Amino acid sequence: MSKVRLVIIGNGMVGHRYIEDLVEKAEIENFDVTVFCEEPRVAYDRVHLSSYFSHHTADELSLVKEGFYDKHNINVLIGERAININRSQKIIYSNSGREIKYDKLVMATGSKPWVPPIKGNESKDCFVYRTIEDLKTIEATAKRSKSGVVIGGGLLGLEAAGALKALGVETHVIEFSPVLMAEQLDREGGEQLRKKIEKLGVQVHTSKNTLEIVAKGETARNTMMFADGTTLEVDFIVFSTGIRPQDKLAHQSGLATGRRGGITISDHCITSDSDVYAIGECASWNEQFFGLVAPGYKMAQVAVDHLLGNDNAFEGADMSAKLKLLGVKVGSIGDANGRTPGCKSFVYLNETEEVYKRIIVSEDGKKLLGAVLIGDTSDYGSLLQLKLNDMDLPEHPDSLILPAHAGGDKPAMGVEALPDAAVLCSCFDVTKGKIAAAVADGHTTMGEIKAVTKAGTGCGGCVPLITQVLNSELAKSGIEVKNHLCSHFEYSRQELFHLIRIEGIKTFEELLTKYGKGYGCEFCKPIVGSILASCWGDHVLSRDNVGLQDTHDNFLGNMQKDGTYSVIPRMAGGEVTPQALAVLAEVAAEYNLYTKITGAQRIGLFGAHKGDLPTIWKKLIAAGYETGQAYAKALRMAKTCVGSTWCRFGVQDSVALGVLLENRYKGIRTPHKMKFGVSGCTRECAEAQGKDLGIIATDAGWNMYVCGNGGMSPRHADLLASDLDEATLLQYVDRFMMFYIRTADKLQRTSVWMDNLDGGVDYLREVVVNDKLGINAQLETDINKLIGEFKCEWSDVVDSEEQQTRFAHFINSKEHDSNVRFVPARDQHRPATIAEKDTYAITVGEHA
Amino acid sequence: MSKWINVCQLNDITPKTGVCALINGKQVAIFRPRDNDELFAIDNMDPFAKSNVLSRGIICEHDEQLWVASPLKKQRFNLTTGQCLENDLVALATYKVRVNKDAVEISA
Repeated sequence: MSKVRLVIIGNGMVGHRYIEDLVEKAEIENFDVTVFCEEPRVAYDRVHLSSYFSHHTADELSLVKEGFYDKHNINVLIGERAININRSQKIIYSNSGREIKYDKLVMATGSKPWVPPIKGNESKDCFVYRTIEDLKTIEATAKRSKSGVVIGGGLLGLEAAGALKALGVETHVIEFSPVLMAEQLDREGGEQLRKKIEKLGVQVHTSKNTLEIVAKGETARNTMMFADGTTLEVDFIVFSTGIRPQDKLAHQSGLATGRRGGITISDHCITSDSDVYAIGECASWNEQFFGLVAPGYKMAQVAVDHLLGNDNAFEGADMSAKLKLLGVKVGSIGDANGRTPGCKSFVYLNETEEVYKRIIVSEDGKKLLGAVLIGDTSDYGSLLQLKLNDMDLPEHPDSLILPAHAGGDKPAMGVEALPDAAVLCSCFDVTKGKIAAAVADGHTTMGEIKAVTKAGTGCGGCVPLITQVLNSELAKSGIEVKNHLCSHFEYSRQELFHLIRIEGIKTFEELLTKYGKGYGCEFCKPIVGSILASCWGDHVLSRDNVGLQDTHDNFLGNMQKDGTYSVIPRMAGGEVTPQALAVLAEVAAEYNLYTKITGAQRIGLFGAHKGDLPTIWKKLIAAGYETGQAYAKALRMAKTCVGSTWCRFGVQDSVALGVLLENRYKGIRTPHKMKFGVSGCTRECAEAQGKDLGIIATDAGWNMYVCGNGGMSPRHADLLASDLDEATLLQYVDRFMMFYIRTADKLQRTSVWMDNLDGGVDYLREVVVNDKLGINAQLETDINKLIGEFKCEWSDVVDSEEQQTRFAHFINSKEHDSNVRFVPARDQHRPATIAEKDTYAITVGEHA
Repeated sequence: MSKWINVCQLNDITPKTGVCALINGKQVAIFRPRDNDELFAIDNMDPFAKSNVLSRGIICEHDEQLWVASPLKKQRFNLTTGQCLENDLVALATYKVRVNKDAVEISA
């Protein structure tokens, strides 16, 4: 059978999703796929376009996994435009003169910005906001401008205003109608949104009809003339006044188009030509076109299913949306303006906290018709499900939007009542059924659910709802979720932390007597030992604590496979003097230690006998070294690039900050090990985004990223705050560290901790930056106490006679462990393998 | 005929930890689980890694019995019987140990 020649014109978000869906559902070898990608890069995330300015690169916005197209033999023609289609011969002609034959064609040409016919709109200071190229020119213009204006106060316009704000220019928004986001919000909602946005320093002008843009002004390059006679001087103008389907090519080739534009499609996304599909913003279904990505994704699926003969249909789309504009949370569901005859509203307004919520219900009060949420969108997920699944409302619908302190528990959404087909995560089209199946397969934490289903990894809005479904499925299947430490403590790490801290518990025995049972074990002892260290800062090898310590902490070194230890002194920020280096070399030579640069920008000496550790450390401490705590669940190091002091690109002194951070937080016991990184510019040579705390220098200060990870499950860190000065940065890091110490589960790295936090980085930002929980003063006090108590653990040990006895290999002999044997390897040595040891043992036996 | 060999003072063993003794050329791990004179003695060698490390493991309780978890890969060995919890086929030698007038003695 010959291959089906499939051509897709357009490689935007929807065009790309079509290919992903096809690869997933079809035997892709049976298709010969060609893609026209007019832009100079493959599909990227247009929804989060403004994040391009907060130090993201075009690569980070890309939706295409590296090598994806190559792997599946998909031929992508980058920068090439289809200019004509001969439908009778099924040939497409491109602007480079190429001719491509097709059996099936998919039009995914998207939309184009619509610019109103205002005089002066073609000036070189006028822009539209749709592609990365648009952003690049806006960015270049902003650099030589003081002020900018966005014409259009809709969803995209406010997103663009956010971008201008991020570029640091005085930002204005002009809206023709009296309300912002008139499509999605009611009047009061629009008003609340306006107040919040104005507080952020964006100037909003509603009911303004722009007549002309004059290319001169007294304080700026241009003057906007409005119908009411007023004027506004600005340097540049961004139009965000709506979109129109990109249907020119379709129109030229004789495909039917809608009255308001757009390529006419059936419920199966077939155009007037049965071999041509159209999907996304370029398509017109029932004379409607959809400017959101979710309906486009749905069309992509439908078109793939139709091609493969599967049953699926496009039945219109819900235009509900939840987003964050300029940091303000906004949600809109269904009939937000209450236009349904007979409908009734429930409204909650809190001007102190600037929260506005309104739900619109049917005349009989039984069904939800619409909702508007400003400032707090935590109810969005459950409200949307009520609407989409036409579920019955509780007896008092207002209880759905009242805050918890209003008394009366919020009625549980009854996720059991949701049908399996209910789409919970619209970014990745994950249904309740898929979540249930994942739980049945043994994935029982939010982190695992995210990893296997992708649910909640897009906008994250569905996470609270997914959590409810996860819990209900777990309960249904009888799986008891226990985050109990072990059989000796029926408490989670977080609970034990609170008990220890609040009741001032100082020893494992005290905790065991009060809250545990039995003797304790290798799980609970080290965790409690770590909590005690985090809370009270006592020496881990004190008489009370020593029996709790895990392998490495027990002798303040990392035990190797043969029972010897590594010696890793601190080299904060990766700095070391030649003099100190010489001492390290002397010690390594004297004790015959294998020497290697570790992955943490410092030097490790391996193969030290336990009994030699105190004297080795005594020598190192005398030379000015201190413990590097490579053995501890604590901050290991801050990796730095050389930064502005030496590097021609550096914009801040990253080494100085790295040294400061490492010295500030060293020694504090954390739920798991932590690594920091500090980069002196956006080139990110310190790979800070792969660290628990990553700091990247900007022209204006420091960007703070949190909860990244390398290792087994790499995760890019999330941006928590931008352009911080050093004092603010340290304050945020203080809070972040202590909040992690307090709330993480047993042995949870920050990356997993973050994935399990309801609300993810937004929630963390609320806590750390906005003090949502009101605990920041306490967090700062607690961590500063620990910072103040730092003492090199090794310096305490080398001076203690009792500890020296502990470190000797034998309690009754001064001998070394004769079983530790080395064999030569690359000019140094390595431990003998078991087989090598066995040979040796036989030899020894003969001599004895 | 076995005899009792003096190893160290009881106070030399911090409660809840173990020490390693050299007894007739053999390494023996001695554990003191509580702050009293109850002691246990088993081979010091981790039979999986063939390394002398067991005296440095954490003393733990499972199934109401005391074990030591190897510091390397956490296999557990019964302090009374030497039996490995993870592998039925593996058991360590055990030794008689006692406290005699504050001195720790091993029978070998």
